[in-house]
Amino acid sequence: MSSRLGRPELYTSYRQDMALFNTRAKQIGVLAILLLAILLPLQLEDDLLRIGFTGLVFAIGAIGLNIVTGYAGQVSLGHAFFVGVGAYTAAVMSGDPDGRSLGYGMDFAPLWMLGAGLAAALCGAIIAPIAARLRGLYLAIVTLGLVFIGEYFFAEWTSLSGGDQVGRDAAQPVLFGMELTRDGAYTEEQKLYWLALGTLVVMAVLARNLVRSRVGRAFAAVRDRDVAAGVMGVDLTRTKLVAFTVSSFYAGVAGSLLFALNGHFSPDKFGLLLSIQFIAMVLIGGAATISGAIMGAMLIASLPRIASELPALVPFLSSSATEHPNIFEFEQVMYGVLIIAFLLFEPRGLFGIWMRIRTYWKSFPFSY
Amino acid sequence: MTEFLTAASSGLGLGSIYALLALGFVIIYKSMRVISFAQPAFMMSGAILVSYLVPTVGFVLAVIIGTLGIALLALVVERIAIRPMVGKAVFVIAIITIGVDVVVRVVAGAFVGVDGRVMGDPWGLDATRIGDVTIAHRHLAAFVTAAVIVAALFAFFRFTSLGLAMRAAALDQEAAMAQGINVGTVFAASWALAGGLAAVAGVFAATGGTLDQNLWVIALAALPVIILGGLDSLGGAVVAGLLIGVSQEVVATYHRDLFPGLDSNIGYITPYVLMLLVLLVRPYGLFGTKEIERV
Repeated sequence: MSSRLGRPELYTSYRQDMALFNTRAKQIGVLAILLLAILLPLQLEDDLLRIGFTGLVFAIGAIGLNIVTGYAGQVSLGHAFFVGVGAYTAAVMSGDPDGRSLGYGMDFAPLWMLGAGLAAALCGAIIAPIAARLRGLYLAIVTLGLVFIGEYFFAEWTSLSGGDQVGRDAAQPVLFGMELTRDGAYTEEQKLYWLALGTLVVMAVLARNLVRSRVGRAFAAVRDRDVAAGVMGVDLTRTKLVAFTVSSFYAGVAGSLLFALNGHFSPDKFGLLLSIQFIAMVLIGGAATISGAIMGAMLIASLPRIASELPALVPFLSSSATEHPNIFEFEQVMYGVLIIAFLLFEPRGLFGIWMRIRTYWKSFPFSY
Repeated sequence: MTEFLTAASSGLGLGSIYALLALGFVIIYKSMRVISFAQPAFMMSGAILVSYLVPTVGFVLAVIIGTLGIALLALVVERIAIRPMVGKAVFVIAIITIGVDVVVRVVAGAFVGVDGRVMGDPWGLDATRIGDVTIAHRHLAAFVTAAVIVAALFAFFRFTSLGLAMRAAALDQEAAMAQGINVGTVFAASWALAGGLAAVAGVFAATGGTLDQNLWVIALAALPVIILGGLDSLGGAVVAGLLIGVSQEVVATYHRDLFPGLDSNIGYITPYVLMLLVLLVRPYGLFGTKEIERV
């Protein structure tokens, strides 16, 4: 036991090498982070919890995009479309049957989350055969087209979406008869944060298991060299289909939760900017890592808050939208700058920075 | 019929804008194998720059200075953000250009102001009537300008040594380098050309209305154009540009009869739908080179 404490990377069996968390240090670390994340809402203010909630939901979507883009190497700019499909499915399933917009009153949260995921996955599976024929940048542009076509039809289908600029009510998060959007013993923000955290943990563990399985290795093979993968017996079309479908499922679940805290959303939310934000999360966090996607999502979710704090520190930034330069412009510029800076200087993202720190201490004091 | 011809004439004007933008995309793609998502930003900043220059130097000179200015901007961007990444995965470079696009667009957008700007072009909303067909002068001007630029561009690739170098690098980069061609110059030239083309396209896109922060969306419609024409075909970009421009305007004109259930005009998404339909049949566009897989 004592030798193990001194050597946190020591594997003692093949079984351990194959395990989900293969070292003791990882097990303890993940457990500690999880415990911290669960206890956090008891300490933090509600406005910070809103950021936390958004980050957790973004993380679900980012893991999804990471599966198709990071692991399977299929560049998708269409993630916003699938998020939109999820958001509308969830809103319709849980919506008020007598309301202005379409609704069926099934307000049990896990039910509409699953429904949203499945609807988005179905859309992904429909798109996938087209996508599987295309490669690289052709695919990127086709998925970009999907965002525009989707945005148009969301806005047109007014009984579904409430119409352009107007919007509709988001899904009602109700869990075992408890309305999570009502303040009770705990506030709305706290309850929704825990709901999002629970969902993220389940989805993250599922994703981690998927990518270290046979399917996940097929993804990586297709990403690294699709011709070689095909020669080795990987069914390319089927692998891409699975990647797209699973990724869309994650996007759908993320979409179903995304506006639960606002309670209201409109079709213009699912535009190109949302797709770019997801790409930014994956790249800033680190492509082809689950924990990286979560880190990237947290950073992107907190950008608006960071930007809004800045006028106090940087005098020439204005908090008013009519003056230039203002914080809203700054926030958008930051997406661009962060993407460029990370790709130029730290291509492996936040996860790469963590890896460097870890390697430094692993070999300390012989860190050369 | 007159309705159709009117739509077709404005479609040719719009298509010329698409063609100019698409040529920029294709030139960069041919030299670097990358799609530059920064074109929309160059297009918008070009239009904004020209709209500021027009009152002082007049329209024609303003367009020339503006075009050169944006070409220079594209050159700087290529040098700072793209050149260090040469040799990395194309996807990574494409994403960097998205980052560049966001930054340049937001910075340029700050100069638009709340109410938008007016281009100050000499045509305004004038139109000529031939029979019953109305042809707006701005569409005519866009078409003629695009025709001149396309002819000049093809002459450039055909008769100048830099054009020859660019064609050689597009064909086989390593072989071109072995023959003493400076690939760095080729990259720089292709970005400058693309930036200049985008600026001209931006000027014509902004005529006939106010220039606002959403101008760049038109540039995104040039993406279906290059897919339709084939990523690596200059001629395809021109043909597909005009084709998509015309079909977009025609669909927009007959929107009420064809799609009675849809309120807002479907012309806006026509390029994307057309692209999807063509890709179902031809995954490499109409004129694109089919990638051959050898094992």
